[in-house]
Amino acid sequence: MSWTVLAALASYWRRNPLQLVTLLVGLALATALWSGVQAINAEARSSYDAAAATLGEGSYAQITARDGGAIAQQEYIAMRRAGWAVSPVIEGRIDGVRIVGLEPLTAPGGLGPVNLGAGTDLGAFLTGPGQIFARAATLDRLPVLGAQRVIAPDVAPNTVLTDIGIAQRLLGRAGQIDRLIVLPDQPITRRPLSDIAPDLAQATPQGGGDVARLTDSFHLNLTAFGLLSFAVGLFIVHGAIGLAFEQRRPMIRSMRALGVPLGRLIALMAVELAILALIAGAIGIALGYVIAAVLLPDVAATLRGLYGADLSGQLTLRPAWWLSGLAIALGGTAVAASGVFWSLARMSLLSGAQPRALAMAQRGGAQAALAMALLTLSAVMAIWGEGLLAGFAMLGALLIGGALALPPLLALVLKLAEAPARTPVAQWFWADTRQQVPGLSLALMALLLAMAANVGVSTMVSSFRLTFVGFLDQRLASELYVSAEDAAQAATIVAVASDRADAILPILSVDRTVAGLPAEIYSARDHATYRDNWQFLRAMPDAWNRLARGKGVLINEQMFRRAKLDLGDAIALAPDVRLPVLGVYGDYGNSIGQVIVTEALFRSLYPDVTALRFGLRTTPDEAPALRAALRTEAGLSEAAMIDQAAIKALSLSVFERTFTVTTALNVLTLAVAGFAILMSLLTLAAIRLPQLAPVWALGLTRRRLALLDLLRALVLAALTAVLALPLGLALAWALLAVVNVEAFGWRLPMYLFPLDYIRLTALALLAAALAALWPAWRLSRIPPARLLGVFSNER
Amino acid sequence: MNVKVLVMLLLLPFQATAQGFAGLGTTAEEFARPILGTALEFPADHGPHPEYRIEWWYLTANMTGPDGTPYGLQWTLFRSALAPRGGEGWDTPQLWMGHAAVTTPSAHHVAERLARGGIGQAGAEADPFNAWIDDWHMQGPDLDQLSLTASGTDFAYDVDLTATGPLVLHGQNGYSVKSAAGQASYYYSQPFYDLSGTLTLPAGDVAVTGSAWLDREWSSQPLAEDQQGWDWFSLSFDNGDKLMGFVLRGDTDYTSGTWITADGAATALPNGAFSATALSWHAVAGREVPTEWQIRLPDRSVDVTVTAINPDAWMQTSVPYWEGPVTVSGSHAGNGYLEMTGYGQ
Repeated sequence: MSWTVLAALASYWRRNPLQLVTLLVGLALATALWSGVQAINAEARSSYDAAAATLGEGSYAQITARDGGAIAQQEYIAMRRAGWAVSPVIEGRIDGVRIVGLEPLTAPGGLGPVNLGAGTDLGAFLTGPGQIFARAATLDRLPVLGAQRVIAPDVAPNTVLTDIGIAQRLLGRAGQIDRLIVLPDQPITRRPLSDIAPDLAQATPQGGGDVARLTDSFHLNLTAFGLLSFAVGLFIVHGAIGLAFEQRRPMIRSMRALGVPLGRLIALMAVELAILALIAGAIGIALGYVIAAVLLPDVAATLRGLYGADLSGQLTLRPAWWLSGLAIALGGTAVAASGVFWSLARMSLLSGAQPRALAMAQRGGAQAALAMALLTLSAVMAIWGEGLLAGFAMLGALLIGGALALPPLLALVLKLAEAPARTPVAQWFWADTRQQVPGLSLALMALLLAMAANVGVSTMVSSFRLTFVGFLDQRLASELYVSAEDAAQAATIVAVASDRADAILPILSVDRTVAGLPAEIYSARDHATYRDNWQFLRAMPDAWNRLARGKGVLINEQMFRRAKLDLGDAIALAPDVRLPVLGVYGDYGNSIGQVIVTEALFRSLYPDVTALRFGLRTTPDEAPALRAALRTEAGLSEAAMIDQAAIKALSLSVFERTFTVTTALNVLTLAVAGFAILMSLLTLAAIRLPQLAPVWALGLTRRRLALLDLLRALVLAALTAVLALPLGLALAWALLAVVNVEAFGWRLPMYLFPLDYIRLTALALLAAALAALWPAWRLSRIPPARLLGVFSNER
Repeated sequence: MNVKVLVMLLLLPFQATAQGFAGLGTTAEEFARPILGTALEFPADHGPHPEYRIEWWYLTANMTGPDGTPYGLQWTLFRSALAPRGGEGWDTPQLWMGHAAVTTPSAHHVAERLARGGIGQAGAEADPFNAWIDDWHMQGPDLDQLSLTASGTDFAYDVDLTATGPLVLHGQNGYSVKSAAGQASYYYSQPFYDLSGTLTLPAGDVAVTGSAWLDREWSSQPLAEDQQGWDWFSLSFDNGDKLMGFVLRGDTDYTSGTWITADGAATALPNGAFSATALSWHAVAGREVPTEWQIRLPDRSVDVTVTAINPDAWMQTSVPYWEGPVTVSGSHAGNGYLEMTGYGQ
């Protein structure tokens, strides 16, 4: 019997191929967007994990030079001979590829997941020309280095692993080390670090690595985008399934009357849906893979430029990824179908044969109430909620509430528009539009969510760009930044620059624990550079002058939020030095706290720290000459000098790539919503004939009717867009001010971009118009016989 | 497989089945081989011999604390060459490994260090004498006056050694044959050290005094292909005589040894003169290891039982083995050290 029933159920789809396509395409698109974004994220994460595992970032404490420069190899030997179980690492780049030199004998177990395999020759790895381990694509990017190339897929992307001795030779840095990995087990007789190497500082493990935490911000945004896209798709699926079931009610009644038990019927319908979901999910995953493959190079470039995180530009199919894609397709279908099954299970044997699709309008009141409740909940959580989870719950309540509020709001607006209408056609237009809202509501909700997501995300990305560029302006106020290798070179730099630069601003910093949190203490020389460029998030009056007099400190936002400090609160920098907080500044992308003190105070607190980095002020015209002088007279390498203009240009190019990704996702989500509108209109077209036929009979031409339909779609889309704007802004605010703060400890200021919103609205209207074009064209060409038939076939 | 494991396997490829303990049975290829009749030269030979594949500075000590508790101590520096050359910097093929241990009747503390040669992290120099790896050292103006330190995550020691007798050359003037097929090494000892110093243990510092025995050995292929490991004994009897003896376990066992009188006169023991019979076995680290032995040297009327002070003295290092202090009873009383290698799981 099961086969017979399944065949009967399937016959419906054969008769209504359009609905089948709607269901499959809707679900496939939803899955595609979701899994595409997830693929990018998963690829990025695995790259970071590989990098962290390769380089010991995250899991081990690290020792670096306080001045940020290289560690002399002799210093490493001195530490080993003082009982420190440390292992040296050197890093550099050749043609953009990260070269990492490890010392395999002292490196902790598990470091460097290089599957060297059997038969590898340790002698070849350690001595002679050496061996370099990397992915094939990475090796291809390298020039001939003399070392033997070994393909190792487990090495992080764009990274080469080799012995430290080989790396020193390849990088031309004999006798130098960049950092020391501190092994977890240390001998009990180890002498204090300050006795052996006072110029070195130990940093505790970061637990996940700096890079991963920074880039989390980016991934969170992508994930939010993916989730919203999926929600949009889910609305389509929900609509398609709902419609199919409504229209199959008579068939279901017949089958039950013929003796099919309700339980088996429901089970078989579930099987039918599961099969459809699996097919659509598979198509969606394939599409998602294409989306990810197209976008990944831009995402990789963004992450590399923005955070220095290396990401493979190649996509690998991970089982976890496509399995989760299928699971979400199945889960989404189940969610969309649960209501249908619920009503089916409660349907009495002989009632309910009438389609009830249009009766849904009667539920408007309950829906409005639910929408109000969700929006209130979202507001409550925005005000009193705490934690990342509350932040996401708030986002969810906001979006669902906003979507549910759309149909009642549209009905209200249309009613208001109808009131002043005087001509019969206008009155009919508004009334008919209102009549169609229930049938189109799911598609319009999808459009609303797509539009809101686009407004939200583009607001966030653009705000991030403005903030970040502004932040670069204040942080990179000096025209040239130079770093010296040692104190002697630092002195030379000062000597060379004092003639040519307008000002020399030494940059001094130490890592300390402040207010119980890991923090960097920086010194600021009292100079107009800082006063002119730095902006405070909040500050006491006269903060710079009070700072200059040593009457307080400045802290970054991370410190301010995490230590729950307020202006005027005293923080302890040394046992007898407690100073009040004078101001709080934004410090985007930094993961730890920061405290700024005057140069005089810094030098008295940490007399052994010498300045090796300097900001040099000059006129932009003279920067190249200064640079040349430093190169020839102070022996500085090009790498040791950073041009402010170059950094800014790089940052901006990075943001351009971010925009490429965002724009692509914008277009895709709007396309999905447009598709939803198209499907709804096509479905409605058949149902609406009985309503159109009398109007046609009264004298409105088919062409006129078609134009009115097109206009109706535009009006509805425009109204939806208007309602989407506040929802999108609320979404952006939630991402910037709630989720970002909970996740990363800093709040991005929100800016508005009206031009972007106009462009997005135009895009949404375009999508709606495109979607309505075909149904309208069909209407304009409908044979009059069919319209006439309405009267003869009237039920 | 991570790099570390790989390094271990390549450094000392441990394939008990065919190539002997810790790869000591692999072919010597282009490395130098010991030649019978070569006279050892001191102090030069206290230093390293990079042209040979393996070498060690191996010190064991029997000590007692203020309350009479017996303690054992081990300090070993191994040199292993990937190629028969020296050289400076990272490029040198000379690798170094340190093992240190302190054994009490109830505990056994072990530490291991690895280092590249050529960069100063580890090495050995003949005159003035210094052998070191990381913060561990065996150092003195010469081999007669040494200070010895080592440390691990749960122990450390710092002791002074003073030689009270001459160096002892094993085999034929230091040429020690290791198999019937003729594999050999250069091998000499300083078994006459008085020791005093401090052990740092989890319960606190312990002042100790006692005696120590240094073995120096280098070679390129000391074991025959079929030999899987050895049982090595260094015993000091209360009358001042000493006995070094070992059994190389293979298809047929090969024994050798040296009888050392109290004044340092040494007599090499030919194959078969010395015998060691396991009396009882002890389960440690998932293996069965004999920790009580019957030792016989009929020529010298020696028939003693050798018993481990702590049968759990397992060296859980990259190449694992058993090494610990023993007591001697029977025809002679005394103490000493026992090393057993090649006992597989």
